[in-house]
Amino acid sequence: MNSEMLMVSNALVAIPAVAAAALVVQTDYRRAAQINLAASGVTFLFALALLFKGHEDGSFLFVDDLNIVFVVLSTLVGFTTSIFSASYIQHEIDTGRLSLGNLRFYHATYQVLLCAMNLALLASNIGLMWVSLEVATLTTVLMVGVYRTRESLEAAWKYFILGSVGIALALFGTILVYIAAEPVLGEGYDSMVWSTLMAHAPDFSARLLNVAFVFLMLGYGTKVGLAPMHAWLPDAHAEGPTPISAVLSGLLLNVALYAVLRFKMLLTANAAAVTPGPMMIALGLASVIFAAFMLYKRDDIKRLFAYSSIEHMGIIAFAFGVGGPVANFAGLLHMTMHSLTKSAIFFSVGHIAQVKGTQKISEIRGLTQSHPALGWGLVISVMAICGMPPLGVFMSEFLVVSSTFARQPWLAVPLVFGLLVAFGALLLRLIGLAFGEPTKSVGEVQASTVPLVVHLAIVLLAGLYLPAYLVTWFQNVARLLG
Amino acid sequence: MEHLNLDVAQLLAGSLVLVSFMLLYQDRLSGLINIFALHAVALTLSVAWQAYVQHAPHLYVTAGIALIFKATIIPVALRRIVKQLRIHRTVEIVGGIGPTMFLGMFLVALSLVVMLPATASADPFAREDLAFALAIVLLGLLMMVTRRNAVSQIIGFMSLENGLILAAAGADGMPLVVEISVALSVLVAFIVIGIFLFRIRERFDTVDLFELDRVRGEKR
Repeated sequence: MNSEMLMVSNALVAIPAVAAAALVVQTDYRRAAQINLAASGVTFLFALALLFKGHEDGSFLFVDDLNIVFVVLSTLVGFTTSIFSASYIQHEIDTGRLSLGNLRFYHATYQVLLCAMNLALLASNIGLMWVSLEVATLTTVLMVGVYRTRESLEAAWKYFILGSVGIALALFGTILVYIAAEPVLGEGYDSMVWSTLMAHAPDFSARLLNVAFVFLMLGYGTKVGLAPMHAWLPDAHAEGPTPISAVLSGLLLNVALYAVLRFKMLLTANAAAVTPGPMMIALGLASVIFAAFMLYKRDDIKRLFAYSSIEHMGIIAFAFGVGGPVANFAGLLHMTMHSLTKSAIFFSVGHIAQVKGTQKISEIRGLTQSHPALGWGLVISVMAICGMPPLGVFMSEFLVVSSTFARQPWLAVPLVFGLLVAFGALLLRLIGLAFGEPTKSVGEVQASTVPLVVHLAIVLLAGLYLPAYLVTWFQNVARLLG
Repeated sequence: MEHLNLDVAQLLAGSLVLVSFMLLYQDRLSGLINIFALHAVALTLSVAWQAYVQHAPHLYVTAGIALIFKATIIPVALRRIVKQLRIHRTVEIVGGIGPTMFLGMFLVALSLVVMLPATASADPFAREDLAFALAIVLLGLLMMVTRRNAVSQIIGFMSLENGLILAAAGADGMPLVVEISVALSVLVAFIVIGIFLFRIRERFDTVDLFELDRVRGEKR
């Protein structure tokens, strides 16, 4: 029991929870932003400590090779986003878009969100995982609606309804998994714990697991933003505060994907159950191609990159669906690169929308001239997300495509088609945004470019050289995923 | 005795499905709210019966939550909302009542076809409960799709959620059922408060706020 109290994973859940409580009573927003930043930073340090400590096994939380990847990534993005958030909200206060009361609420929910996401990733049983994903959904709904404008409330409402339906379907799947496990593992808690579930998966009723996976895939897939359940995603990204767009794209989609992956492992372990791959491939491909075409008609800069998130989540789901050591490796790498790059994009887009006073793409031109740091930051990060070498996304996309060619060549054709269509759309929009005669700006911001630079530097480094340590680690996880 | 237990469980779960059908064709808001209260009462009885049969005292808590929160507080709150927001008392059903009912019957048949073979090895209590629960979940989804008015969509969601609670209660000795039902109640409470505070009348297209009357920016 004592050793359980000392687990690092406890700290990962406790720190954001304590910080959230402190932020509820903190009335000075500058101090609140500092607390937010410090708490996220400390949480990230603890996540790094997990790398050295390795596996942990408690009664509610556990750490294995798979969830370390997700935890480190999400605490890192949570930390850098809190830096960006501090400079972002300063401008929102100055222009009066956010009131002080709303801001207090905003900071507290930010920490609640980080807490819920860490809990979902570390939860050792399927029930706790479901509850924490529900909490994460609720907090993001509240944050999307924080501006209290007509559009933001509408987006929050839409997100709420679709997210709730997704969450409800996932619960039904979770109950079915319990019922499948119960004859083997007996009544009670054991039939919900990941480690025992995985160990006894071959003995479960395969038909029940099949039905369960359909519900889990549709339910959690809604939260991943896979087409055709994606409808909430563009609105939620476009109308909420930009730090939340960054956190949604960079973190929450991954956390939902993590849930899908865990259940996929469970089905793979049962030889008689259907292979979950084809379903993930189908949803993934549908998302890539649908989002690629939708990119062409966007006139809202945040909406544009939200569709790009749907596309990339599609690629990642596709890669994990193809399966096998190489494709899983590619999927993990692509997930990491996408999180870092997409949040970097939102860091620059957030400040760009502030200085230009609009989110309309047609009203923003010549950013590289008027705001070199933000403009070039956007150019590099969009090039990265398009998959231009030598940046990291190129490498992971290349791996996804080549491993698909090796296993199922025909599937690679629609994937590459989707990638090229999306590439064209993003490049077209980028040229308009970054070059040409600059449009007028409405104000100045004290933009903090540190998070942007850090993310892009990691993406560039990963594209040039992946440390052997990281490669073996990802390979381990890829094997684990089957 | 065992047989009687099973029969009563089936009767109660089956009556939930029937009440779901009543929700499906009800086109007056006040009637809809009353029938939802009935739905919640049927859920309470069903869960309480499971608690008695399984000797699981914690399920009484879940039943209590259903009775107090869903059968009492929520209907009262919804009635106040309908009154204060002066929502049209009759709501249209997209696609008409007839086709919707047929679709509903199809969904019930579908859930029996899917669940009964899949749960062949599970114990009979869980089996019947699950098939009924899936039917209730699907009927709830159907209701959400065929209604445009926010209040009736919420009722659809809550009936869906009742199906989930039924499934969770039917699963022998499932832990965390109480926690899950609390979490779902929080979700529902948020939705209801959301409608009330932000005066949401229709699904996604009209959010009616007091102070803001801006023209929307980008066409969607």
